[in-house]
Amino acid sequence: MLFFIILILSFASGYFLPWWIVAVISFLTALFIGTTAKSSFWQAFIAVLMVWIVLALFKSIPNDHIMATRIAHLFHLPGWGYILAVTGILGGLVGGMSALSGLLLKRAFQKH
Amino acid sequence: MVNFRGIIIQAMKFTKAFISIFFTLLLIWALQTKISLVPPLGKFLSPADGFWQNAESKHILPTLDLKLKGLQGKVTIKFDENHIPHIFAQNEHDLYFAQGYMTATDRLWQMDIQTRQAAGRLAEVIGPKVLDIDRYHRRMGMVYGAEKTIKAMMADPVVRNMILAYTDGINSYIHQLSPRSYPIEFKLLNYAPEDWKPINCAFLLKLMSETLAGGSNEFAMTNILRKFGPATTNDLFPDYPMHEDPIIPTGTKWDYFKPLPIPKPSANFLAGMADSTNTKPRVEGIGSNNWAVAGSKTASGYPILANDPHLNLTLPSIWYQVQLSAPGMNVYGVSLPGAPCVILGFNNNISWGITNVDADVLDWYQEKFRDTKMEEYWYNNKWNKTTRRVEKIEVLGQKPVYDTVVYTHHGPVVYQNNAQKADGPDFVPVGHSLRWIAHESSNELMAMYLLNTGKKYNDYRKALTFFSAPASNFVFASKDDIAITPNGKYPLKYKDQGKFILDGTDPADDWHGWVPFEQDPTIKNPPRGFVSSANQSSTDPSYPYYINWSFAPYERGKRINDRLSVMTKATVDSMRILQTDVYSIRAQDILPTLLKYIDPTKLNAAQLSAYDQINKWDKNFTPNSIGATVFSNWWSQLYNAVWGDDFADKTLQNNFPSVDRTEKLLLNEPTSKWFDDIRTPAKETAADIVNKAFAAAVKEITDRCGKPGANWQWGKFKKMEIASLSRQPAFGSGNFESGGTASTVNALHDGHGPSWRMVVQMGPKVKGYGIFPGGESGNPGSFFYNDMFKTWNEGKLKELLFMQSVNEQSPRIKSTYTLTGK
Repeated sequence: MLFFIILILSFASGYFLPWWIVAVISFLTALFIGTTAKSSFWQAFIAVLMVWIVLALFKSIPNDHIMATRIAHLFHLPGWGYILAVTGILGGLVGGMSALSGLLLKRAFQKH
Repeated sequence: MVNFRGIIIQAMKFTKAFISIFFTLLLIWALQTKISLVPPLGKFLSPADGFWQNAESKHILPTLDLKLKGLQGKVTIKFDENHIPHIFAQNEHDLYFAQGYMTATDRLWQMDIQTRQAAGRLAEVIGPKVLDIDRYHRRMGMVYGAEKTIKAMMADPVVRNMILAYTDGINSYIHQLSPRSYPIEFKLLNYAPEDWKPINCAFLLKLMSETLAGGSNEFAMTNILRKFGPATTNDLFPDYPMHEDPIIPTGTKWDYFKPLPIPKPSANFLAGMADSTNTKPRVEGIGSNNWAVAGSKTASGYPILANDPHLNLTLPSIWYQVQLSAPGMNVYGVSLPGAPCVILGFNNNISWGITNVDADVLDWYQEKFRDTKMEEYWYNNKWNKTTRRVEKIEVLGQKPVYDTVVYTHHGPVVYQNNAQKADGPDFVPVGHSLRWIAHESSNELMAMYLLNTGKKYNDYRKALTFFSAPASNFVFASKDDIAITPNGKYPLKYKDQGKFILDGTDPADDWHGWVPFEQDPTIKNPPRGFVSSANQSSTDPSYPYYINWSFAPYERGKRINDRLSVMTKATVDSMRILQTDVYSIRAQDILPTLLKYIDPTKLNAAQLSAYDQINKWDKNFTPNSIGATVFSNWWSQLYNAVWGDDFADKTLQNNFPSVDRTEKLLLNEPTSKWFDDIRTPAKETAADIVNKAFAAAVKEITDRCGKPGANWQWGKFKKMEIASLSRQPAFGSGNFESGGTASTVNALHDGHGPSWRMVVQMGPKVKGYGIFPGGESGNPGSFFYNDMFKTWNEGKLKELLFMQSVNEQSPRIKSTYTLTGK
């Protein structure tokens, strides 16, 4: 559930909101419906990673990866696939960390 | 007890949550912040804001409607297969508005950074490491000159409307941008585009003046005069070369005007010349070619014009191709991103092109200040007040720097003392003021407007009177006429005034007014049936005025004139072949003499192989030629061996005597003392130095390329690439094989070369051909960033789509934009 909510909201917002909105989405989603630390982190990580990779490919495929290849070379990476992976992992990390923070904050307020 | 444990657990949970939140925020902050040279990574890599947004799709919209505030009527823009805009407007305001809008769409960052460079505003976005570059531009008076020029331009209603409409068009584009749609370089450097201002158009023209007329060797020449004395200096740095083939043919009569009285040399100049005991170095390779052939020599019976300006090649390309059409005007050619009009091009009646004159329009004055406060200086036998200009330079991440520049009536004192100069350019003498043509107000855009709308020879002549700097050889062709004019605002000077540093205290060393425009050298329909220029001497020594004492070597001009002289039934393709000609006149002039000195029996294996190659070489700098590699290295070794010892003194700034003077030494003065290497006890002659240079050349090539073989080929040996303006190798062309060298017509050398090759066939139906190394788009993620490079590198031209009306059909039209007001 967490995974799908983050996936859908991140995807939709990718077209008009700044990049850090994925952190807010992941944080709030985990705050409300997160269950465990591990699953919150990984579900958000995978969701944002997937969204970023898909959104990037939407732009990059009709471009024959010209831009991605140049940027890969700019960062001394051999090809566009590498910069795509870095993009995905970075997004995943932001999403995962934010979800984890949301979950831990929720825990801190929970009575047991 | 239980409660206490609960509180600890609760506190630990909060701590964990806060630690996690802290690190998450830290991560986001780090990804949103530019750290040193690394762009803010989250922002830069994310698909929402980052570089992915700059990946342009190959699917082009066939039609697009845009509503733009400020347009008066409807504008239609047709794009061809290279995404070149063909703009059709109902009035001139809308035409220049649309030109500004389209140029900004394709080249916004280039326009921004070049303006910043000229205006000394790079540190504002890049940081303190470029502060010295900014200070240099400010202190050279770039802002001072641009302010005067924009004032003159705005005083002319035609140019004023043009600049304002162009500016509005650019800003109309900028205002519709959101951060995610900023050009990639803004994202890399993490700053936002700012509004375009009319003065930016003036800055771009001043930048051209800096590139083409912003260097000088007066400081070095003065040091040479001090070291060697006048006799030797005059011998080694003569005012006219041995080999020359001037732009205005030798023997042309100057009977079309009555010259003004030539000013008398100053006392200081004469004293320097009588004594018997006692700026940025100019870059070789920034040259250009242009010519026009009369109908009597062409297959069609109508003139053909050709132009290829050589500049330091960059991506995004220096030029932006455009067709501009409105009632009363239909012109095609290349424009400078940031300036309205077509700069080099043609319309249905005339065509024109430009090469650099290299006039002596930058002079240093040695000033005598009353004291270190520099509030007064001695001039005309009395103390005079200096003025001051404070330059405020914004610096990224720091407080602004306030730099005070002292001005005398000559101009700015670029560096007041050595501490201020620090690592500044060698050619700038400390404590001297600068008189420079770029400080003058001028109205070059009016010249361009008159050419864009010109119909005949007289329009061309009128247009030139508005063009002050950089002085340019304007070639012209219409259906009936051909002409060429080394044109510019030339200061009236005594001969050689400005070869050396001038005396700031003496009015006799001031510029004495100007050479009237109509007295600039010019020639129309000469008997030889063609006109041409390749930066060589403008005229033979009989021209009454002093323009400069040295010009580019004559080789390219000579080759062009040799070819054009024998040409009959010339076609566009004949011109294309000449533009890409790589025959070496230098080799023709000196190689036989060089070879005479070589005794093949005394050579080792590698040397013998090199000797064989150069012996059978056809003197063409083709990419697969090995002889070219040997000759080129041999010559540069020889040149350095002849002068490197005598001119070792650092104050002489490697300002060696010219190629021409060195050739004269080799051909006519083989026993000259200059061949002796003063660092060795032996007495060397020409034979020794030529042999030593040959051995050194072969060693250098072997060290770099191994044993003689395919690796020795010129195309493989010579490094050539088109660098990106952002200095990111990933955005440049990378190294590519090419023929030619600085002294061949196809002057591809050290990143310099033909920035635009154009050939125009005049006649009842004008046909233009052209190509530049790059593309229309400045976006490295566009299919149109570098799409014309291949055709250019193959030495081919493209027929230009010169549309006669907006409704003209062509399979080359790929999309149409319709712009209307809102």
